[in-house]
Amino acid sequence: MLETEFCKVKLGNPTVLASGILGTSAELLIRAAENGAGAVTIKSIGPREREGHNNPTIFEWEHGLINAVGLSSEGYKEMEDVWEALKKCPVPVIASIYGANVQEFIEVAENVAKQKPAIVEANISCPNSEKHGQVFGCNIDASAEVISAVKKAVGEIPLIAKLTPQAPNIAEIAKACEAAGADAICAINTVAGMVINIEARKPVLHFKKGGLSGPAVKPVAVKCIWEIYEAVKIPILGVGGVSSGRDAIELMQAGASAIGIGSGVHFKGIDVFKKVCSEMEEWMNENGFANVKELVGIAHE
Amino acid sequence: MTPKMARIKKIAQETPSIRTFYLDLETDAKPGQFAMAWLPRVDEKPFTLTGTGNETAITVQEKGKFTKKMFELKEGNSIGIRGPFGKGFDFGGAKNACIVAGGCGAAPLLMLAEELKKRDVNLKIVLGARTGNECLFKERLKNTGEIYITTDDGSLGEKGFTTSVLERLLEKEKFDCVFGCGPEPMLVRVFELCEKFGAECQLNLERFMKCATGICGQCAIDEWLVCKDGPVFKSTQIRKMRDFGKFAMLKSAKKVSLQEYAQWRQK
Repeated sequence: MLETEFCKVKLGNPTVLASGILGTSAELLIRAAENGAGAVTIKSIGPREREGHNNPTIFEWEHGLINAVGLSSEGYKEMEDVWEALKKCPVPVIASIYGANVQEFIEVAENVAKQKPAIVEANISCPNSEKHGQVFGCNIDASAEVISAVKKAVGEIPLIAKLTPQAPNIAEIAKACEAAGADAICAINTVAGMVINIEARKPVLHFKKGGLSGPAVKPVAVKCIWEIYEAVKIPILGVGGVSSGRDAIELMQAGASAIGIGSGVHFKGIDVFKKVCSEMEEWMNENGFANVKELVGIAHE
Repeated sequence: MTPKMARIKKIAQETPSIRTFYLDLETDAKPGQFAMAWLPRVDEKPFTLTGTGNETAITVQEKGKFTKKMFELKEGNSIGIRGPFGKGFDFGGAKNACIVAGGCGAAPLLMLAEELKKRDVNLKIVLGARTGNECLFKERLKNTGEIYITTDDGSLGEKGFTTSVLERLLEKEKFDCVFGCGPEPMLVRVFELCEKFGAECQLNLERFMKCATGICGQCAIDEWLVCKDGPVFKSTQIRKMRDFGKFAMLKSAKKVSLQEYAQWRQK
């Protein structure tokens, strides 16, 4: 009932561990898979070792999470042991990558592609560093340039372009990425925000600003997925505020073919994937759906 | 949760290098649970909770940049607190127990020892430190059971390791559980001894943390998260751990030897 395909990769179910969550080690990725994730994403891999920001880097606020981890990465060169251990991963592995410029993206993409992940995701939209991401993700030409370069570097491996809701024209960016060779779109990355502790009179995140995720951003995700679905033919990996089966179905009805779960791990535990899947099945049974693919984009009909 | 600013009610100098900060904050912290302490514009770090209810406190050893800043704080100043987090000690059925504490590892074991004392558990405590005046919570631990002290320099108690005492105790006695916290090489030895003598153990482990709620993956030991699955782990889990006593992650998530990790943490 939940079996599906994403970029021709077979998934046991449409839930995907989103990038940046638990993806620091092969063992944790495998644990997410054992807890029901249909695919898992390695935390964004960069060109060299990077510590990221000081704490606080992630915390819960009233309606979700906010984070500014700052693209911490051991760098693609130090990951032999991770790739070796991931051979035991029972579900497809998505490798998220980032770079500060096109050249860095190419360098990381070429090296990561050698490890043959099922899919590569280009993070052209991280809000949490001065140089990375949003310069690409908010600009049509820059997005197209980096996606075209990364697609050449990864060859046959399907490529997802991960987009930011900060772009005023996310559908046009998605269209440009499709034309540049992207095999899928991931929407959305986190929404820029800030939380101040009024007693401390200081922003709580050490980086001051960060990315919002969790329940508060779900309507933003639904709207972005809706617009992208109407603009492109390639599939969409919908991410943003999913922690229940109903949330997942809502994003699928907007146009997502698979569903990323990140903050949901915080709110529901690591078995959130199993929970979401069984809730989806229950809803589908009650509402007469035999296959999860039937849900994709039906709100547009 | 967002950090809550808590006023420091009282600062107790426990040893020359260790202070307890009592907070104007009520929690229901259980022995072994921890909190994230935030100094605005500096950093946020995990500390074991050494008191609960209206005695909620954290105990801090002056070591690196962050704890030096902590030691500049005075009574009446405030720090941000998130927590309590994590799974503490599981001590429900214990009747005859042993506690092994090395250095500031006595911090999470104090509340446990006092809780066990309330339940009339027959308790042996092995407390080790570099030197006599660094034996943390010596007096309070003495009130909870039979105490054995070891120091590296022999200035108090027996000169040598806590684990030598533990080995002698295990030869004579059957414990329902051995509870340990301290430097990881010591904990490796505690675990080996418990396995050898067929005793269950629960060890409070440490890794660099970010989220404290089980999502960022920074504090992983194999597939376990110290913040959420721990920080206290049982023999059944420790038996399966490959990284225990060997590897830990730097802030970049690069996995390095425990020695390299320890050097980095001193900074």
